[in-house]
Amino acid sequence: MADGVGTVELRRAVVFDGDRPLRLVSGAELGPVEVAYETYGELNADRSNAVFICHALSGDAHAAGLHAGDDPKRPGWWDNIVGPGRPLDTDRFFVICANVLGGCKGTTGPSSINPETGRPWGLRFPLVQVRDLVNVHRALLAELGIERLLAAVGGSLGGMQALQWAIDHPDEVKGAVLVAASARLSAQNIAFTAVAREAIMRDPDFAGGDYYENERGPDRGLALARMIGHITYLSEQSMREKFGRRIQDADLPRYGFDVDFQVESYLHYQGQSFVDRFDANTYLYLGRVMDYFDPFSDPAHIQRQLAGSETSFLVLSFDSDWRFSPEHARVMASELRGAGAAVTFQEISSPHGHDSFLFADPPEYHRTVARFLDRLAGAGPGPA
Amino acid sequence: MRPDLDIVAAMIGRDVRVLDLGCGNGALLEALIERQGCRGLGVENDLEDFHECIGRGVPVTHGDLEQELHRIDNDAFDWAVLSLTLQAVKHPDDVLSQMKRVAPRLIVSLPNFGHWRLRRDLTLRGHMPVTPTLPYEWYDTPNIHLCTLRDFERLVRDLDLKVERMIPVGADGRRTGRHTRLAPNLLAERAVYSLST
Repeated sequence: MADGVGTVELRRAVVFDGDRPLRLVSGAELGPVEVAYETYGELNADRSNAVFICHALSGDAHAAGLHAGDDPKRPGWWDNIVGPGRPLDTDRFFVICANVLGGCKGTTGPSSINPETGRPWGLRFPLVQVRDLVNVHRALLAELGIERLLAAVGGSLGGMQALQWAIDHPDEVKGAVLVAASARLSAQNIAFTAVAREAIMRDPDFAGGDYYENERGPDRGLALARMIGHITYLSEQSMREKFGRRIQDADLPRYGFDVDFQVESYLHYQGQSFVDRFDANTYLYLGRVMDYFDPFSDPAHIQRQLAGSETSFLVLSFDSDWRFSPEHARVMASELRGAGAAVTFQEISSPHGHDSFLFADPPEYHRTVARFLDRLAGAGPGPA
Repeated sequence: MRPDLDIVAAMIGRDVRVLDLGCGNGALLEALIERQGCRGLGVENDLEDFHECIGRGVPVTHGDLEQELHRIDNDAFDWAVLSLTLQAVKHPDDVLSQMKRVAPRLIVSLPNFGHWRLRRDLTLRGHMPVTPTLPYEWYDTPNIHLCTLRDFERLVRDLDLKVERMIPVGADGRRTGRHTRLAPNLLAERAVYSLST
């Protein structure tokens, strides 16, 4: 991706420490908290062009560009939307992406060392909520000297963070872009998280979450959890088009219980490669972050926060997304409007299911995001 | 902005919540938001127009207004506006009663199929009329529910709505001369109605 942001570097900042710990919504205190983050583009003189990317469950701080020595075909996870001339235009915007609290890609989480014991936290890491994730992002911004975002942008769990941020601190977020997100998980969503969690916790190698010093962790459970997740991220149509009933590496079925169909092989690959890059405890914690998310449970609070606020919202959903269906997004948009917020909503036709937020096609998606960000940045209504 | 939209903006006033169904490029809502302190929401199905609304900073839902209207909460707005669109919807009666559900005051503008030129074309020439206000041929028109002002007023009564004001306008969207008032159903090319529940 020679035309993207080029070579980038993962940075770290300690935003809370033992003397000045992070106070969680639960009341528990946590310190130190280290954050891994990346930035693309330049912060302008009046610090008004910052766009924060909130990542989804399995994401990380490496949203765009390449780390030194990377395969040029494998840039950061949202490279198609970040870069010169792309919707998150690094010629104009200062784009920041940070690994979330509870993550396993450089930000403090269950695999970090608990300073009191000198050993990894495991399940002794406190339960965190979306609001805690946001507060860590805000601490990072304070560190970078940024008081107000032009926009907070996120898909799925990332959209939940952007939503919470805009609700809690409307004066800090000029615009919020919420893609393939939901303001509350449905029973079906929670059921999928539950099965994924069971797969991990029932793995004999889970060891109550203290597997870091063992020869192997709950790899089989984590792979299974990822396989389940992947089924829900794709659509029936995309699976049919990608795999159909085709047989892996053969024309005729082998008739047995091993992997035979292409779709099985794909899921196995996804499961295995996830084990190499992700921590099972983080999967459990972030799953719970999503389960408990319910920002509209106190309508009076939302009304107080948003009535008269200047924050504008862009809510996007995809017709083939059945994990967070357009109905989730419509309800979210309507609840925001009910509280007095300015909300633009679009349901985009896309074959890619929940994963649509990661794709550059159909072009309508990026076009809408670009237009919304242009407007926030003060560009006039000129031609499309 | 189209002159008939200026008439609509003047009817609406300041600091109210406005729903604009089929809001086009968002010009009316932009004026209401910027100049009159209103809070607005547009519904627009055309993608180019939808994007132009975003560019103007007008909150908008992309989609079919008849479907979207059903999703809006009761009394969510003070005004619901439908400009030159009633004749193109599938169920005009349902659209009006839905508008009434979401807002106590309505503005509806429509082309008048009772205008003398249209009557002439049909009765004397035997052709479906093609005029500046209704410029389409019968086979490619989006206007599937044309009516006269008198027809419209009967539906308004049937739906228990009251006509607060009626302003006849010409094909250019401008207010017409006084004489139109004498027989608007014959002389007005269009009309802007303000209705209340």
